[in-house]
Amino acid sequence: MLSLLRNQKVRGILFQLLTVIGLVAFLWYIGVNTIHNIEQRGIRTGFDFLDTTAGFAINESPIPYTETSTYWTVFEVGVLNTLIVSFWAIILSTVLGLIIGVARLSKNWLIAKLASAYIDTFRNIPILLQILFWYNVVLATLPPPRKSMEFLDKIFLNNRGFIVPRPIFGESGWYIIIGIIVAIIVVYFINRWLNKRQEETGEEFFFLPWGILILIVLPYIFYLFAPNHIVWDVPKLHGFNFKGGKVFSPEFLALAFALTIYTATFIAEAIRSGIEAVKKGQKEAAASIGLTPYQSLKLVILPQAIRIAIPPTINQYLNVIKNSSLATAIGYPEVVTVFAGTALNQVGQAIEMISMTMAVYLVISLVVSAILNVINHKMKIKER
Amino acid sequence: MEDKNIIEIKNLNKWYGDFHVLKDINMEVKKGEIVVVCGPSGSGKSTLIRCINYLEQFQEGSIVVDGIEVCDDVKKIKAIREDVAMVFQHFNLFPHLTILDNLTLAPIWVKKTPKKEAIKIAMKYLERVGIADQASKYPNQLSGGQQQRVAIARSLCKNPTIMLFDEPTSALDPEMVAEVLDVMIELAQEGRTMICVTHEMGFAKKVADRVVFMESGQIVEENPPKEFFENPESDRLKLFLSQILSH
Amino acid sequence: MVYEKVQEKPAPITSRGIIRWLRENLFSSPLNSAMTLLGFYLLYLIIPPFIKWAVLDAHFVGNSRADCTGDGACWLFIKAKWDMYMYGFYPLDLHWRPNTVYILFGVVILSFKFIKNNIAKIAIFIIYMIVTYYLIHGGAFGLKVVDTNKWGGLMLTILVAGVGIIASFPIGIVLAFGRQSNLPIIKSVSVTYIEFIRGVPLITILFMSSVILPLFFPEGVTFNKLLRALIGISFFQAAYIAEIIRGGLQSISKGQYEAADAIGLSYWQKMLLVILPQALKVAIPNLVGSFIALFQDTTLVLIIGLFDLLAMVQLTSTDTHWLGFEKEGYVFVTIIFWVFCFAMSKYSKSLEDRFNTDLR
Repeated sequence: MLSLLRNQKVRGILFQLLTVIGLVAFLWYIGVNTIHNIEQRGIRTGFDFLDTTAGFAINESPIPYTETSTYWTVFEVGVLNTLIVSFWAIILSTVLGLIIGVARLSKNWLIAKLASAYIDTFRNIPILLQILFWYNVVLATLPPPRKSMEFLDKIFLNNRGFIVPRPIFGESGWYIIIGIIVAIIVVYFINRWLNKRQEETGEEFFFLPWGILILIVLPYIFYLFAPNHIVWDVPKLHGFNFKGGKVFSPEFLALAFALTIYTATFIAEAIRSGIEAVKKGQKEAAASIGLTPYQSLKLVILPQAIRIAIPPTINQYLNVIKNSSLATAIGYPEVVTVFAGTALNQVGQAIEMISMTMAVYLVISLVVSAILNVINHKMKIKER
Repeated sequence: MEDKNIIEIKNLNKWYGDFHVLKDINMEVKKGEIVVVCGPSGSGKSTLIRCINYLEQFQEGSIVVDGIEVCDDVKKIKAIREDVAMVFQHFNLFPHLTILDNLTLAPIWVKKTPKKEAIKIAMKYLERVGIADQASKYPNQLSGGQQQRVAIARSLCKNPTIMLFDEPTSALDPEMVAEVLDVMIELAQEGRTMICVTHEMGFAKKVADRVVFMESGQIVEENPPKEFFENPESDRLKLFLSQILSH
Repeated sequence: MVYEKVQEKPAPITSRGIIRWLRENLFSSPLNSAMTLLGFYLLYLIIPPFIKWAVLDAHFVGNSRADCTGDGACWLFIKAKWDMYMYGFYPLDLHWRPNTVYILFGVVILSFKFIKNNIAKIAIFIIYMIVTYYLIHGGAFGLKVVDTNKWGGLMLTILVAGVGIIASFPIGIVLAFGRQSNLPIIKSVSVTYIEFIRGVPLITILFMSSVILPLFFPEGVTFNKLLRALIGISFFQAAYIAEIIRGGLQSISKGQYEAADAIGLSYWQKMLLVILPQALKVAIPNLVGSFIALFQDTTLVLIIGLFDLLAMVQLTSTDTHWLGFEKEGYVFVTIIFWVFCFAMSKYSKSLEDRFNTDLR
């Protein structure tokens, strides 16, 4: 019997058995207490609450929401707002991060040092502090609506937000969409044809600017054929506030700016390490076989730099989505604020509601990780 | 061998910051000559040949390659780099492209050659160096010796007049050095102009027309191989030879 | 042919010294020169106005709000609220207790330079932690009890970060071992835990430990707010520590495991005596980085009602005697966080450099 205990495999199984028993016992203990406590406090269980009326207002919502909407709608609005602010922050921080990352490697000493100072500054200030700073210090100094800062009489900035004219597409929207699809197809086929031509005759053609031009002009041409054109909902001052137009609330602005500036530092570092990881010899070899600097960048340096820079950058995108939850501190109505915050306070079913909130983030994380794995696998540099 | 100078270096001086790394270099290379440059590390030999194809810039003096002056002019640099090929110590193959793509890259994008023709040229040189069967593999899947032979094939693809070798075998395991040297010897016997920075004295003895010894940034001694190895004149060369030929 | 020795010459003036440096680095091409000018313009837009506000026009002398007359920063506000920012609501006359904790920390770190024995170091640190608990909380040795809801400010931030990293460490090690393990159940439990925690924002974990955790235990068991936050942060940080240690473990060559097995060590002996020490050494720069992130993450406790350093800004600037000085508050807190985090990241960098040269 004792010799059995010394057997590695047996020990392994025994250890796992003990762990399982321990876990089950612990969960049992928690479960019993939780059920008891929930009964004691009169908290309901189950997900029926999702069909009941929420009864509170939400400042900004991409889908119709009124005080008669249900808690499920609250959840939807929260998730959508999370995605919207994350979307903006991801795009802006990528652009900013790219600029700073490249500037960091510039031969110009001043530009490189400025980029370095930017990174060292904003990386070492907590993101929540940055959000609060933007909201309470910068945006709070904006003037009241009657004294807004304005641009071209159509764009306004005041302490209620950033207000721009809102395009109402009507049918022309469809024309534009079809135009874009056609443009993409056209660009794709022209590109394919040009590549083939280069294979056969060797002639190269710098298609990039033309491609961009087509993507812009073709949808516009389609738009011109539409029966009705875009109507602009221009914001107008009515009394103490503006009516009409699209309003980007100060909460949204503070959150978006802070996330952009903070995340850009990490993306800049990811891009920098990607480019630095490409060995100096690659640049020399590319130059010595006669490639122009643009060609070496496009054919040799960037393909290698991107492979290294993509995983950390995508990780930062996940961080943006997670950090958007800090909106709770300033009241931007994303999912943690409205669902695990306001709604939870009213309903009280913490377990169900916090689980649902966590599930949102987990699903997003899993999806993004899976995509990242596919990208990594496709781009892997093959070794022995 | 014609009597024309294909490379003329006059009074070449280069500084890294305040450090005087190349001192008053004067060198002439005739078409078809094989020149071996050797010397202790830090002597500036790699820097010197890198100046020839403008991978390094110099502050004083002049280099003329096949009638074109090496200077900041983009057109002239391009013309020189079509004439001059370089093989690096660490091969510097492009790891994200197949062997074949490594070779066809320059013909397609620099010389505007149609793809089919570029492939033909590439395969010809791959066979020349004995690696044709690896054409669809990736560089990291090959051994060091195979990678260096691919690097040589890559530089042959533009049919260069001059080939520069920067310590081509220093990063290889001993058993692979021979296969690379064999290829270089064949190239030398075809009549190409070659400048080789190397420690492989057997190679120098076999094919070099001239051996140049550099130390501390200047050329100390140069002679045909026989005199160079059997009758070294300067003390510094005697010391150097005793160090590297002792095993 | 032999050549005469050539004398060294100094580099031509345009290629050395400060002129060369200016030429190469700032003005090497028209585009570069334009960017240099743009850079200087940016600096001009940012730095002078800030210095004007924070230093030149600022008010350093005085007693009350009335002394802050102009546009400059009113640092008197910070002076007046200094105790709040540093100690929260901790009784003024008992400030010597947290101050002693700080001083003892310095003493302990200093002593580590002289003591080589690792076991002794761990023992000293444990004693330090116990002493700290009694000093801050009180309840023994004649020290008056100071309730946790009076703890706040920088003291609370440091406390939360410190407890967080210390508590998360052993949990993280266990998780890292678990993830490396061959036993499927152990491995899947570890992986699930780690990936779950890393997939959700910290705030949801803090909500969970604030609201749900008390439900897990019978009625008599209470957790004060601070304890709930500490539990949440510790279990959160443990997942990230686990991944860092796993990175360290993976960098240890298989040969080390094989050698340890070959000389007959058991699993735990092998891990604790051979593998872990090496893995930790490799992982130290990343661990410091993780601590910096944790230090910044402590600010989230203000959302669940604890009064850390960041919370103090809103708290102090709503005092009726000192209304409207949030700007000074935020700038002050920003500087403190920045100094701490920047110093730690410089330390981490020096560790990394030292470690890289060690390896050679």
